[in-house]
Amino acid sequence: MYRYDEFDRAFVHERVAEFRDQVGRRLSGELTEDQFKPLRLMNGVYLQLHAYMLRIAIPYGTLSSRQLRQLAAIARDHDRGYGHFTTRQNLQFNWIALKDVPDILEKLAAVEMHAIQTSGNCIRNVTADHFAGAAADEIADPRPYAEILRQWSSLHPEFTFLPRKFKIAVTGSPHDRAAIQTHDIGLQLTRDATGALGFVVYVGGGQGRTPMVARKIRDFLPERDLLAYCTAILRVYNLEGRRDNKYKARIKILVHESGEAAFREAVEAEFAALRDEALDLPTPERDRIATYFAPPPFAALPERSVVFERAIAADPDFARFASRNAHPHKVPGYAIVTVSLKPVGGPPGDATATQMEAVADIAAHYAFDEIRVSHEQNLVLPHVRRDDLPAVFAALRQAGLATPNAGLVTDIISCPGLDYCALATARSIPVAERISERFADLDRQHEIGDIKIKISGCINACGHHHVGHIGILGLERKGEEFYQITLGGSGDETCTIGEIVGPGFSSRRIVDAVETVIDTYLALRTSPRENFLAAYRRLGEAPFREALYAAAE
Amino acid sequence: MPLYRSGAFVTDDWTFLTDDTPLPATGAVGVSRTRFLAERDALLGRTDPVGVMLTAGDTLAGIVPDLPRLALIALRFPKYGDGRPYSLARLLRERHGYRGELRAIGDVLHDQIPLMRRCGFDAFEVSHPSTVAALRDQRVVAVRHHYQPASAEASEIRPESHPWRRVSAPHL
Amino acid sequence: MSKRSKTFAPVVATANDLATGTVVFRTPDGRWSADLATAEIATTPAEADALRLRADADVAADRVVDLALVPVVRDGAFVRPTALRELIRASGPTITLPTDAPRIGRAARPTP
Ligand code: HEM
Ligand code: SF4
Repeated sequence: MYRYDEFDRAFVHERVAEFRDQVGRRLSGELTEDQFKPLRLMNGVYLQLHAYMLRIAIPYGTLSSRQLRQLAAIARDHDRGYGHFTTRQNLQFNWIALKDVPDILEKLAAVEMHAIQTSGNCIRNVTADHFAGAAADEIADPRPYAEILRQWSSLHPEFTFLPRKFKIAVTGSPHDRAAIQTHDIGLQLTRDATGALGFVVYVGGGQGRTPMVARKIRDFLPERDLLAYCTAILRVYNLEGRRDNKYKARIKILVHESGEAAFREAVEAEFAALRDEALDLPTPERDRIATYFAPPPFAALPERSVVFERAIAADPDFARFASRNAHPHKVPGYAIVTVSLKPVGGPPGDATATQMEAVADIAAHYAFDEIRVSHEQNLVLPHVRRDDLPAVFAALRQAGLATPNAGLVTDIISCPGLDYCALATARSIPVAERISERFADLDRQHEIGDIKIKISGCINACGHHHVGHIGILGLERKGEEFYQITLGGSGDETCTIGEIVGPGFSSRRIVDAVETVIDTYLALRTSPRENFLAAYRRLGEAPFREALYAAAE
Repeated sequence: MPLYRSGAFVTDDWTFLTDDTPLPATGAVGVSRTRFLAERDALLGRTDPVGVMLTAGDTLAGIVPDLPRLALIALRFPKYGDGRPYSLARLLRERHGYRGELRAIGDVLHDQIPLMRRCGFDAFEVSHPSTVAALRDQRVVAVRHHYQPASAEASEIRPESHPWRRVSAPHL
Repeated sequence: MSKRSKTFAPVVATANDLATGTVVFRTPDGRWSADLATAEIATTPAEADALRLRADADVAADRVVDLALVPVVRDGAFVRPTALRELIRASGPTITLPTDAPRIGRAARPTP
């Protein structure tokens, strides 16, 4: 993984000093709240319902055990002993005092971490495929490019006061696990006919109140032009994006209003002019950064693991875990393991300090010291020997982290909702908890198979409900929470915005409604191999709508 | 209004005219882009320097050919959160080779000045009292290590063998 | 909130402490307390306006941020905010917070 050198260290320390000065000026009254708010946001500090919240960047979701242990220590010393992993590969602490933030940032800097640009109208934490460097289907590792983009965008003097937030995601596999088409810029690594590396470039995806799937504006961008092209997109956006209405300020609206062709033309024109003004990506620099992401020293192992196969035969619990939470690795004899942060009846994405330490220990012992955070709010051990899977399972189970539900109905994405969030219109965590309790039976979950339920507590869509196979949006009407269901959304390479099926449901009825949708699917699927999304795409919304609203009609 | 230029507060030697104020016979004057385009010949015919004021949302259309003859361009930040002048500044400096004074006017605050500097601004009209005080006392704590070249190449050091890294001077 | 209707609901002033972010309520003696039970309750529109002025002054003095007057109801000896959002602000999340203790029994969790 990337390691800081003297320059990087000086950079974060100066940023901590700058923020300490800003906090000091706010506490002394020199800065008004209006002046301070964008400054604190630019360093990930929000004011939530109960306290300040601090959002820490986990660049492209990669952590070492040392970093995860430091996060656990911060959770204990400055929060209430837990943290929340988010869909943007960040970690949020919910109970932070503003006056402590500079000290927390110093602790983060000590392990090469920061909270820079985790909020604000700037380029946010760059995300990437959480299986990067391990996935069997990978064309190239996206992390070096994500790191290059992270550096280039850090305190970028021109792009710190954009019309609105700006999110970039990179994937190196044809199967998109990073939801790139819901980002402001989505980059997919690809090779041209000559075998040279480059990117398919998508622009203008986004969720929120006006969900849009990104448009492909380039079929092939040579890798050396990455920064110049991103600069061109951002400059066009900075100058032309709407600033009169914050709900129309995202780049997706600019692309939509100017039209894809005109937007592309503006970007290409700016790109053509910029090419002479430096900023290409020289191979030595690309290589320098790529060496940090060199594969760990994998052993030469046979594809089959006898230990693994014996454990599968002997222990049905392990077999179940392995069938969902272990994934193919590009190196024979290795697997990728999903550590589920979705216990039945618990808040999705939360981990206690003790759990963080347990995962850190397991990663140090069995997984080359690497941990990933997925946009599905789980943790990932990217490189585990198949021989070690039974031991890893046992260690995870001890920490309460062996829930065998990756990709199943209880692997729910949920935003914090009204239990924490100042913008929420309804609670989302309790709904997630109740759904997972309803479907707690593992045989039933495995029978239902692949399905993604995603819940947001308001129209901002932090819980990705627009791209959930079943999306749930919490709203408020006359002081009561109610929940709208969307069906058929998808955040992968077949990116689709879900369709609203009909009137919303009360808090009491929402879990029944989800169950009705799933029972309808089970009754209509052609075989267990036809998963929910495939069945929905074949059937359309009609049978689901009928089942949901028949009683009412 | 206090004017900070090249590391110190100085007296402003420019007069900014509204569009209907008659043109004085002598002295450095700044006018809007509209007025500049309308009275270009008269303005450039004077012996004293001429400048143009632009605001966020303006483009550089029409003034680019005359940039070598302009001694000042003032870019207005209507609100500190409006980032358009940063891009305009870089276009002026890097694409069009503008060498005259580039002045930030409007909502110019403490925490944005380091960014403005990197985008090529070299003069700042500041009214916010604690910003004035911080500049005067050299109390602006800023990040000096940068991950991208911008428009301040002349004053920034480029660490060996790292194409994008820059380090700026300790004081503004 | 400050809309004048015939049925004026009693209100309290609530905000977050600037330095810590703690949810606080303004007390009759001009302190900001984390305990809603100690809050000053304005029961008429005129009282509410006066409370707002005093609370605004505390915002201006950089003691608290994110000020709002929120309707409350008296519930026997207790006072509680009318809106769910404010109820959650005053009494914390409605879910069991993750702790390092093993999760056992979920009966204590309020269900909606
Ligand atoms: C806790 C305080 C939070 C606040 C105040 C907040 C605020 C917002 C707002 C206002 C938007 C809409 C932006 C737009 O449409 O322009 C948004 C979108 C989003 N947020 Fe959050 N959010 C919060 C927490 C989270 C969390 C916990 C996550 C991850 C689980 C998250 C991830 C996202 C994502 C993925 C989007 C939609 C993608 C997009 O921007 O198009 N946010 N957030
Ligand atoms: S979707 Fe709404 S409720 Fe959920 S975290 Fe985002 S802003 Fe808050």
